[in-house]
Amino acid sequence: MTLLPLLILAAASEPLAGSLRDQVTIAKTALGRMFEWFGEFGTFCARLVRAGLIPPYELGELIKQCDAIGSKSLPLVVLAGAATGVVFSLQTHDSLTRFGAKSFLPAVIVFSIIRESGPVITGLMVSGRVGAGIGAELGSMKVTEQIDAMEASAVDPYKFLVATRVVACILMLPLLTLAADFSGILMGWAANALAEPISLRLFFESGFKSVTFSDFIPPSLKTAVFGLIIGTVACFAGMRTRGGTEGVGRSAISAVVLSSLFVILADVVLVRLILTIWG
Amino acid sequence: MDKGRDGAPIEIANLRKAFGQQTVLRGLNLRVNRGETVAVLGRSGSGKSVLLKLIIRLQMTDSGSIRVAGEEITSAQVPQLNDIRKKVGFLFQKAALYDSLNVEENVAFPLRRHTRMSDAERKERVGELLASVGMDRDLRKMPSELSGGMQKRVGLARALALDPGILLFDEPTAGLDPITAEEIGRLILELKQKRKMSAIVVTHDVHAAKLFSDRLLLLHEGTILAEGTFDELQASHDRFVAQFLGHGSRGD
Repeated sequence: MTLLPLLILAAASEPLAGSLRDQVTIAKTALGRMFEWFGEFGTFCARLVRAGLIPPYELGELIKQCDAIGSKSLPLVVLAGAATGVVFSLQTHDSLTRFGAKSFLPAVIVFSIIRESGPVITGLMVSGRVGAGIGAELGSMKVTEQIDAMEASAVDPYKFLVATRVVACILMLPLLTLAADFSGILMGWAANALAEPISLRLFFESGFKSVTFSDFIPPSLKTAVFGLIIGTVACFAGMRTRGGTEGVGRSAISAVVLSSLFVILADVVLVRLILTIWG
Repeated sequence: MDKGRDGAPIEIANLRKAFGQQTVLRGLNLRVNRGETVAVLGRSGSGKSVLLKLIIRLQMTDSGSIRVAGEEITSAQVPQLNDIRKKVGFLFQKAALYDSLNVEENVAFPLRRHTRMSDAERKERVGELLASVGMDRDLRKMPSELSGGMQKRVGLARALALDPGILLFDEPTAGLDPITAEEIGRLILELKQKRKMSAIVVTHDVHAAKLFSDRLLLLHEGTILAEGTFDELQASHDRFVAQFLGHGSRGD
């Protein structure tokens, strides 16, 4: 996890009294590590692409991973989506009432959830749960020589362990996003209905009245990119684990921190891109 | 790639390996003959385990040649490399059983991947393999429920699954109590007599090495310091050899 911030941190952590030469040496080491990280990441991605594209494919393991990543994250994502929906409803209800625009409430909830909150909440929840899981699982397999054992029995761990997890993340994220969107909107209605009775049908009708293809599909599909990021970063962190159980802990942290960070950064780019293409 | 039908199962020439500034192997030469079991002894950190990993290319060599089953593994392409690996069984130091699979699934893993056996055939084969290491009653147990000795036995059954002609053992008796270590030693001896396999056993357990090996090598500072049968090594006047065998034979 030697990225630019680490370089700055490493340089800043030395006492100011330290000689310039020491600072330069530390900066050089950190810079070296940063390049090493990018080099290793590049090699990892190349191996991943090759393993993912060249048959035979590990369909059985892929289905198992879709279950582990998709079905088992479902309750968490649904709950997070529901909480977001309730919070949105409470917050916007108050604000819109103040401006006399209460009738826009369903549309505001639906738009904000399907365009941004649903995808991002799903991305962050999955990077926490799945990122840590993959980082720790592959990390412990690495330090206990299970990955070596797999290679020794002529099975490519990039094909069997890495490609299956990355593809499962790509496939599952959009589906989980749909679940988060749905539970968010439903709970948004429920929270609103408690304060001011409105039928679900009316809420949906008024919320989805002006929703178009470009409001719904591109933001949901952008989570496939989040899935790619989470799967790749977490598997990379796991596969480069060194140094026993302590190393496994570091890999899990690195998987969660980097995948959540990259999900947020990718979101900035993707939102801009979607707005440019679909307006 | 020439097949070298009459070649030795394992032939290593001028092998060098370093990690950063630390040189682990400096021009090592080793030949294992068909049906022979060679024990590689040495202190911790002398490069014994690295040697085994280089033989099946779990790590890359710096220079030198390694021929396994007549084929050069250092420069083999991936499909060839996998073919060579299928001919070699590897027992890892801590068995390296897959945590998420039970005993039966662990042993079935290589069979599932590389053979076209039906479920029934595979089940039968797994049963035989586990019976040969005395573990046929714990099929459904997970690796975490097994003792160190039991894990080694299952690891051995998994290493034998594809019926390899060559076996590599990384510290098979390390971390076990003397009785279990003796049992594993005898199991290796039994397998050797029954299957006539060629093997390299990396160990610092001189007692176990004496039990099952035809020839012993003492690795020191990256090269082979001494070589021969246990009696030949014991007659050596070299101070390090005498010291190693003296300490080792007392169960170090």
